Amino acid sequence: MKKIISLTVNGVSHEVAVEPRRTLLELIREDLGLTGTKKGCGIGDCGTCTVLLDGVATFSCLTLAIQADGCTVETVESLAENGQLNRLQQAFVDQGAIQCGYCTPGMLMTTTELLRRNPHPEESEIRRAISGNLCRCTGYQKIVEAIQTATEDSDE
Amino acid sequence: MSDYRILNTRAPRVDAVDKATGKAIYTDDLRRPGMLYAAILHSPLAHARILNIDTSRAEQLPGVKAVVTYREAGTTPYGVSPARYDETIFCHDKVRYVGDEIAAVAAVDQDTALEAVRLIKVDFEELPIVLDGRTAMDEGQPLLHEMHKNNMCAKVNWHFGDIEKGRKESHIIRTDHLSSKMQDAAFMEPQSILAETESNGNLTMWSSTQAPHYVQRTLAMALNIPLHKVRVIKPAVGGGFGPKASCSSAELAVCLLAMKTGQPVKLTFDREQVFLHSRARHQFFHTMTTGVKKDGSLSFLEHKCILDGGAYASFGIATVYYSGSLLGGPYRLKNMKYDGYRVVTNKPACGAQRGHGAVIARALFEVQLDRIAEELGMDPIELRLKNVMEAGETTCNELYVSSFGMREALEAVRDSAAWKNKRSSSGKIRGGGKGIGAACGFFVSGAGYSIYRSRTYHCTVVTKVDEVGGGVTVNSGSADIGQGSDTVLAMITAEELGLSLDDVQVASGDSKLSVDLGAYSSRTTLMTGHACREAAQDAKRQILEAIAGKMSVAPETLDLKDGFVVSLAGEIDFSELRKEYLQEHKGFVDLPDGPQLTFAEASRVAFLELGTIVGTGKYRPPPLGGSFKGAAVGTSPAFGCSAQVAEVSVDLETGEITMDKITGAHDCGFAINVTQVEGQMHGSIMMGMGEALMEEIIYDKKGRIVNANLAEYKIPTALDVPPLDAIIVESNEPHGPYGAKEVGEGAIMPVIPTILNAIYDATGVRIDELPVTPERLMAAMKAKKDKKG
Repeated sequence: MKKIISLTVNGVSHEVAVEPRRTLLELIREDLGLTGTKKGCGIGDCGTCTVLLDGVATFSCLTLAIQADGCTVETVESLAENGQLNRLQQAFVDQGAIQCGYCTPGMLMTTTELLRRNPHPEESEIRRAISGNLCRCTGYQKIVEAIQTATEDSDE
Repeated sequence: MSDYRILNTRAPRVDAVDKATGKAIYTDDLRRPGMLYAAILHSPLAHARILNIDTSRAEQLPGVKAVVTYREAGTTPYGVSPARYDETIFCHDKVRYVGDEIAAVAAVDQDTALEAVRLIKVDFEELPIVLDGRTAMDEGQPLLHEMHKNNMCAKVNWHFGDIEKGRKESHIIRTDHLSSKMQDAAFMEPQSILAETESNGNLTMWSSTQAPHYVQRTLAMALNIPLHKVRVIKPAVGGGFGPKASCSSAELAVCLLAMKTGQPVKLTFDREQVFLHSRARHQFFHTMTTGVKKDGSLSFLEHKCILDGGAYASFGIATVYYSGSLLGGPYRLKNMKYDGYRVVTNKPACGAQRGHGAVIARALFEVQLDRIAEELGMDPIELRLKNVMEAGETTCNELYVSSFGMREALEAVRDSAAWKNKRSSSGKIRGGGKGIGAACGFFVSGAGYSIYRSRTYHCTVVTKVDEVGGGVTVNSGSADIGQGSDTVLAMITAEELGLSLDDVQVASGDSKLSVDLGAYSSRTTLMTGHACREAAQDAKRQILEAIAGKMSVAPETLDLKDGFVVSLAGEIDFSELRKEYLQEHKGFVDLPDGPQLTFAEASRVAFLELGTIVGTGKYRPPPLGGSFKGAAVGTSPAFGCSAQVAEVSVDLETGEITMDKITGAHDCGFAINVTQVEGQMHGSIMMGMGEALMEEIIYDKKGRIVNANLAEYKIPTALDVPPLDAIIVESNEPHGPYGAKEVGEGAIMPVIPTILNAIYDATGVRIDELPVTPERLMAAMKAKKDKKG
């Protein structure tokens, strides 16, 4: 039995009929066509599906769509404004923090939450924050450097 | 150091913005009108005879469009090495591992497809299973394949030089062992496949593959379709590291379903299927006896290895050769014997993974060097420096190293990590839970021969100049799987044509675009790089000849630089050409008005003169290697080399290991993109670190993987990986484009032994079974203590 839910995704309100067992990830990717959010494992181990749910970094593969009823969701597609990369995205591009790119959307969303909470994190705080987002390409070195660069820029 | 504008810089990747905004399209992001969803029935048993497959209930389920088994698929054998084709699309006589593919379903949605798979009834007769690679060849063991007698699918018996002579010359001889576990490549993107057919019989498959060319051939062969009617397209790929290089049963099954239904069909693995399909790192059991003379120079190596490769041959034939051949360098070693055996067992098939076949062999050999240094009372880096090869030398197995920054790399990590302050020069260990270790490695820069026997070019590139003027498109069948090869091709093209990166488009990963053997054996920068440079130069020649003809000057007096045509023989009046260009662009703004002819004008005029301008390039390595059996594996136009130093802390009470720092230096010949070279080094180090300390596929007694997920199969997180220091060494490879050679795999070679040697320095304990978990280290430390006490 489908249930009608309403939620705001990247500033746009949606009313959607979903099966109760449909995940937020499936809703985002398949029903709304926002394929920037990735599925790496489907069971909350890898972090590639991370979105912000009412501002909190959340594994969308472990969240039912109906749990997002009445909530605000932010995905990677919301970060750039008017076609311009935001500071964090630009730092990822410039510092070489992106290789295969499959972890990137989740990594960016987790970091977005971190920087809203704590605009000047220590390296250890950065590493702790992204430790639920697996990356197999970069050794995390350039990701950490990019996040540090983004926070330095914010001093200007 | 360089005069290049684009090469040797830190240019951002050409696909980075799309990946940072969520716009990059991976296979699972694709959707086609009328698309069906596939599911696969995997074997629940490790070894069983198939008595009957009943698909009737599945076929009757509403929403099911097709159910296929071997009856529809046929039983044409395929695989990786043509001499060892031991797979069929679906199992027909037997299943050989838990996960083996029995049937596939296409249905209107995912739930229906999965339900249909559940309704397929298979009657099995269980057979005894073989799980231990060490005993798989023994008399009386159950046989997996008729074609692999004694469960051995390949063996190598090599003897170079004379090890008996080497033994006589030796002052110290020691024998050591090291074994590892099967590993998973754990790329973040699970395999995904989408296939559709056209009314003329053409088949297109989008797939998260590393090698569209080989996959195209396998699809055509196993499905019996003319090669030219099969097109394989690789969208963005979320990491490969080897396992995505071979054509899979799933790719074949999805194509078959698309052919049967006439509708597009998609399948995306869940994470458990990634583990079941595997084709990742083999399990290795190495024994090495190494001798050195009094002065520390190597006198011989006698090496035996059993590789447990799971149920099918896959890449394993190459793997067993690589395990032996890549010990030929980076040290001077005149006498080497190798006996390698690649066996099959009732586990998921193993294949290629970063550092193909060679990482555990390298690990043991480098551990042996440290143990020998200790016996000699010599600094382990000094021992290595005493033995390293130099450019221009040939190994005992006939691998010629045309450039070789091994010494420079080793000295660089020694100095950068302040080795001399941290490690006792007498070779004595530090102990007390703090340790430092070093090791070297050596790897091919592209396999010297294609997998199937052929004179084929390994890559071709077609660079088309936009007819409207201003831009170019590089067309290549090469596969950017995240390593950044598209960026390398764009940089080479921009450099040659004097363009900015923004004016170069790269179309790649499509078997229709050109021949390219794909992303494996660290080949793309060197091989496709050569072809790409040649194609750009060809296009440039045509443009300049057209302009020279119009201006009645010699083409050699013209060049393309910074977006303009430059005359080397004094100023030229291009106003006539400009007039024609401006006339064509009435109403446009920002038209060229300076004294120089722009690339946009020049390429437009050239089109008006010649028609469409297409530059082509090609590359195939020269004949390489010796004449002995298996000499082809390990050959390469060039060899990369690496040195690393690891610093670790070990909790002597718990065995917990903390990586404090890893310093690596890699000789990549010439860094086309500095950031990407560092990125490959970092990623290699992290993957090696996982293999050294935490990664291990665990099977139960029935051959089922018990940790087929990324929580219980642990890979390093941001908290595990220490600060990484990547030092680039550039030895200017004569056979590489601009002097460039590999970095994608060479940098993983020293990681494991570097860490093992550091752990020994910290604890005085040697572990001969990977990964070195806290449990194993604790047990070894306790055993040592008990022995003492």
